[in-house]
Amino acid sequence: MAKTLFDKIWDQHVVKSIPGGRQILFIDHQFIHEVTSPQAFEGLRRRGLGVYDTNKITATADHNVPTVNQHLPIVEPLSKKQVDTLENNCQQFNLPLFGLGHEKQGIVHVIGPEQGITQPGMTIVCGDSHTSTHGAFGCVAFGIGTSQVEQVLASQCLVLQKPKRMRITVEGKLSKGTTAKDVILYIISQLGTGGATGYFVEYAGSVFTNMSMEERMTVCNMSIEMGARGGLIAPDETTIDYLRGRPNVPKGKQWVQAVEYYKTLFSDQAAQFDLEYSYDAQNITPRITYGTNPGMGIGIDEAIPMIDNLKALKYMGLEQGETLIGKEIQYVFIGSCTNSRIEDLRSVASFVQGKKKADHVNVWVVPGSKKVETQAVSEGLDQIFLNAGFEFRAPGCSACLGMNEDKIPAGKYCVSTSNRNFEGRQGKGSRTILASPMTAAACAIEGKIVDVRKWLN
Amino acid sequence: MVELMEKISVIRSAAVPFPYENIDTDQIIPARFLKATDRLGFGKNLFRDWRYDKSGNTIKDFVLNNSVYSGSVLIAGKNFGCGSSREHAAWALFDYGFRVVVSSFFADIFRANALNNGIVPVVINENQLHQCFESIEKDPNTSFVMDLTKQQFSGGGIDVDFEIDPYKKECLLNGLDDIDFLLQHIDEIKAFEKEHLVHKLNQTDV
Repeated sequence: MAKTLFDKIWDQHVVKSIPGGRQILFIDHQFIHEVTSPQAFEGLRRRGLGVYDTNKITATADHNVPTVNQHLPIVEPLSKKQVDTLENNCQQFNLPLFGLGHEKQGIVHVIGPEQGITQPGMTIVCGDSHTSTHGAFGCVAFGIGTSQVEQVLASQCLVLQKPKRMRITVEGKLSKGTTAKDVILYIISQLGTGGATGYFVEYAGSVFTNMSMEERMTVCNMSIEMGARGGLIAPDETTIDYLRGRPNVPKGKQWVQAVEYYKTLFSDQAAQFDLEYSYDAQNITPRITYGTNPGMGIGIDEAIPMIDNLKALKYMGLEQGETLIGKEIQYVFIGSCTNSRIEDLRSVASFVQGKKKADHVNVWVVPGSKKVETQAVSEGLDQIFLNAGFEFRAPGCSACLGMNEDKIPAGKYCVSTSNRNFEGRQGKGSRTILASPMTAAACAIEGKIVDVRKWLN
Repeated sequence: MVELMEKISVIRSAAVPFPYENIDTDQIIPARFLKATDRLGFGKNLFRDWRYDKSGNTIKDFVLNNSVYSGSVLIAGKNFGCGSSREHAAWALFDYGFRVVVSSFFADIFRANALNNGIVPVVINENQLHQCFESIEKDPNTSFVMDLTKQQFSGGGIDVDFEIDPYKKECLLNGLDDIDFLLQHIDEIKAFEKEHLVHKLNQTDV
């Protein structure tokens, strides 16, 4: 029977179907971090349980970590306690930890792929909704709650209802200045924040097959912002080239066997999806958000539409019918599991080289991992950022979520390459405008919202 | 079978109306309150930035600060619980005293987290949801009944059968969580793993 890519992977992981429709699903790898794991370890201890397989877990500290002076003890006591707790738990249960200062430390969704832990055909979970990022490799990867983190630690399985299948096809060629981030922001604005709830999304079409792995990660990362359990893209030569030689991928004969397996991972031509959407790349232009959820987005030169949610506009200090072009901003954040990889930093650097930021703007560039940081330094990108007046910080989730020290003050506008513009997301009262790294870079230089395309001709 | 969850079968209570759509888990519990290493005490920060102003004073007209409204049933607008996977959102609602959350649509991860923490997510349609809000507006003491065994939700002029996965229903009625269930199948899981391709490809000693 013809199967979708999602079905092929899911079905290969079903240990058992149980009455009522749920299935016991085997999980190939779990990533854990300091925020959503402490209660799971506590649960194991209370029940007297161990970890099912320590080789199938990778831990890192990312959400809470400071992005300056990482060599010093964490100042904020509660953050320090969570990071210390993770360290103690990993020690007690004998789990590999890429902790603060470790050469492999970084945002959980950046390090998995770069270490070759994320591989096509896997099921991957993490107590973090942006686990969908790993779907870029052709994985069934999704975020889970802490109770489920504990379940996977104890049994390497979850008891789940299989989601429905959706395919989103985008064909055509993206215009200059339009990036992977703009594509996913466009799709989310079409579907809305709940438009894919209950579905697992496959992204198909030439726009995605032409993307690099890092661009695909940006797309899959934001699947959750339209409610999807996850998003995935069929692995191809680009995927295999990215993975070849990475530390944790299968070696020798097993690599050959693995590649054979990866090549079976695609949706059969006759496979049925429960829901399909198609878009034309021509209609996608650089995007920004104006509201308080990622679905509230427009083309950067468009006017804010007439909407019912006036509370959102009041929070943002914006009005229906106005465009954002020329709006003064105070902060620019380039980072997060959406856009903190080396290609993101390169695109920002190539734009800002020889330019200076506007005086009134604070610009933070936060690499997604130690490895990205090291690579950026070796390419001299850090110098380009410093010369432009940007701060180049140490890896972590940083200003994406208002949990560590990097917060946007109340009432201030931040053009951010992260994934969520919820009220208070970047700090209480902060006003987030989501955009691509290139748009963020242009806004940093001018100190206001600008259409990056005017710089590109 | 250690660590039973609180069992839940029938909840009879007034309801708190929260008629906003797309409420994300950052609103339910902002990230800066996620730093605890246990599951307790999140209720005091439930809807923190809706409940308190910049100086920490209570915002009088917010529904949780209005003594007219009370109860262990929260009735919320469409797409409740979207965004982050933080289970702290479910812990905060439970700790505050909610045992039933009613909406016309729930985000997936939130729904799973609720079910894993003794909170019943009840889905009703938009019209029924509006009727609930209207009934509470007329009489904040309107009593609602959620009967898990019968899968019925009634009160405020509505009486609906709601759907719940039979497996999770049993878990909630008996205070069991998925770990209890999974541990009963650990031999089958191990047998599966032995033959599982991805596992075999990543065994360095083969």
